Order: sequence, then C-alpha cells, then structure tokens
Amino acid sequence: MVSPNQEFAYNSKIEGEVIVTKADAVINWIRSSSMWPMPMGLACSAIELMATGAARFDISRFGAEVMRFSPRQADVMIVAGTVTYKMAPAVRRIYDQMAEPKWVIAMGACASSGGMYRSYATLQGVDRILPVDVYISGCPPRPEALLDALLKLQAKIKTESSVKNLLKA
Amino acid sequence: MTQNDISLSTVVEKFPGVTERSSLDYKAFNVPASELLAALQFLRDELGFDMLVDLSGIDWDKETPRFSVAYHLYGTDRHEYVRVVSDCSEESEEPSIPSVMHLWPGANWHEREAFDMFGIRFEGHEDLRRILMWDGYPYYPLRKDFPLAGMETDLSDAEIQEETGTKVQAAPMAGGPFVAPQESHMGAREPRARDESWNEGKEKPSA
Repeated sequence: MVSPNQEFAYNSKIEGEVIVTKADAVINWIRSSSMWPMPMGLACSAIELMATGAARFDISRFGAEVMRFSPRQADVMIVAGTVTYKMAPAVRRIYDQMAEPKWVIAMGACASSGGMYRSYATLQGVDRILPVDVYISGCPPRPEALLDALLKLQAKIKTESSVKNLLKA
Repeated sequence: MTQNDISLSTVVEKFPGVTERSSLDYKAFNVPASELLAALQFLRDELGFDMLVDLSGIDWDKETPRFSVAYHLYGTDRHEYVRVVSDCSEESEEPSIPSVMHLWPGANWHEREAFDMFGIRFEGHEDLRRILMWDGYPYYPLRKDFPLAGMETDLSDAEIQEETGTKVQAAPMAGGPFVAPQESHMGAREPRARDESWNEGKEKPSA
C-alpha cells in the first residue's frame, strides 16, 4: 500500500497550530488570488474580455471571475477599448471610486495608446489619466493575452511591500 | 393614377426655385432653403417618398455658400431614391436651415449630428444639442478648417483635468493619415503614412 510521505508535509504534532511566513507573502497571496475586475468595457476589446470570462478560457481559474460593476467592490480596472475624450473623465471618476489597493490593466492598442484612432475625439492612451500596471498589445487582444496580463499582474503584486504600504497609509 | 406614377420632375414644375442637380445615380434636386420644407413635404405626401434615409451636412470650404445639407429620400412603394440638396443661409454668423424633424421624426438625431460636426443650426429643431462631442466643446470637427488630429482644448470635467493634468490634445499624426495605395500590387497595399520622412521618433523636416 502506498502511503503519503509524511516527512515533507505539514506536521501539526511537531509545529503545533502555527505556520511561519512573512506578512507580505500572506497579504500578497490573498490580494493576487482574488482580484475582482471592474470591466471598463468600451469597445471591441470588451468582447474578448467577455470571452475570457466564459467557459472556454475561464478567468475564474485565476480567481478573477467576479466582474464587479460597482467600483467599490473592484480591485483591478480592465480598460477594454477606445477611450474617447468624452468618456475619459467618467473612467477616471470610476477609478477614483475604487478602494485601495487597486490596479489597472490597459487592454488592447486603443486603451494603451489610442491605437488606430489618431483623431480629435480619442484619448491617446489611458495612461494619460490612470496609472497603468500592465499593457496588453492586440487589436483586440486574444483572451490568452488577457490571462497572461492577469498572471503578470499577480506576479507584480507578489513583489509589493504591502505591510510597509499599509503602515504608511 | 396612383402617386407612384407621378413623375419626379413635377417637383421642378411646382416649385420655381427647384432645379435639377447633376447626379451619377438617381435623381437629385437643388432646393433653396426658403422652399425646402414645402418641397420635401410635397415629395413625402404627393410623390410617396415617405422615408428619410439620411441627412448630412457638406462643407464646401472656400465656396459661397459654404454649407449645404443633403437629404436622401426613399419611396417604400415607389422603390426609388431621390436626393435633395439645399444650401444653408449665412445671414447670421452660423449657417442655418429649417429643421425637418416635424416631417420625419427620425431627422432629430441626424440634425443633431450635423449640428455637432458642422455647426449648422437647424431652425425649429426642438432639442438641438451636441450628440457625439460633449456640451461645451468649442469646435466643429468635420469642418474643412479643422485638423484631423484635433485641437487642444479643455476636458469636459475641470476637476479631472486638474487631477490628472491632461487636456484634450492634438493626436500625433506621424505623417498620417495612414492610407493603402489603391494602384499598387496587393502585397504592397499595406496602409502607410503619406509622408514617411518623419515619425514620432524623428522630427518633421522643415520645408
């Protein structure tokens, strides 16, 4: 009979009810594993965002399936699509209403740089009004690209000094 | 005899100011603004052109009068199109023309768009506000003297502008607009800037 190797597993008889780790590691693990997106769907990138949420690509594998249409409950704003100058103040206002800590993904060419819309009506990149953490190329990006950006953002969050920032705040 | 059999040219006989307009496809007429409402109502009620397909402004740049409005009508029983073009009056500072929203309620948003893009004032329109740009935007973007890249102005929200330090800016054109040459081989037909001697990293050579 094959039995699990107890030597390498957590042994409560030896270590008691205690796990030793760093506070940063725990906080970042919690934050990065359940990032609730604020879907700022403005154009065709939002269609790919919806596909990413659906069964085939299934964003819930990475803990980000809870699309929150209330900015108060969201952690990461996914700006998916063309940001016009008319929409830009509304995007910024919604970002301001999100609770800290918060992150921004600029999804697609339009959100990153204005894309093909070199015109009087289009904001040339959402980074002019928001602090963007991850940019995604593509017009629109594939769902895999959005998932990759999500993983990159998770990796970024895991490097943050959360405790120091919390004490500073 | 039904209204479908009435010839379109009766509109020229009935209204003295109406003239036939050269056209490559279906019939078109020039109508002075003073006869516009009567002529359009005649086309709708007597000749059966019951549907307003499109309404758009035209900017003729240096010519006088500078602005026209084109109406595209369709007779759903006649199965026939007609185009009506009318010059805007320029007596006041803004070009103006009578509104047709009481003949076709669908003209409401079309006229708002023409007002937004060209600054044509539609007299008698019940709700003439901008429809695409925000209220308070100072320019008319589809006028010939307005650059495609846009012109610097304030954001619609002063608070956000102060917070972000971002204004509405002219977009970097980098030799654009990017167009695909029609005459060349398919493989070479990738969109390119008309002037490739400069881009965002390279200064535009002075002329």
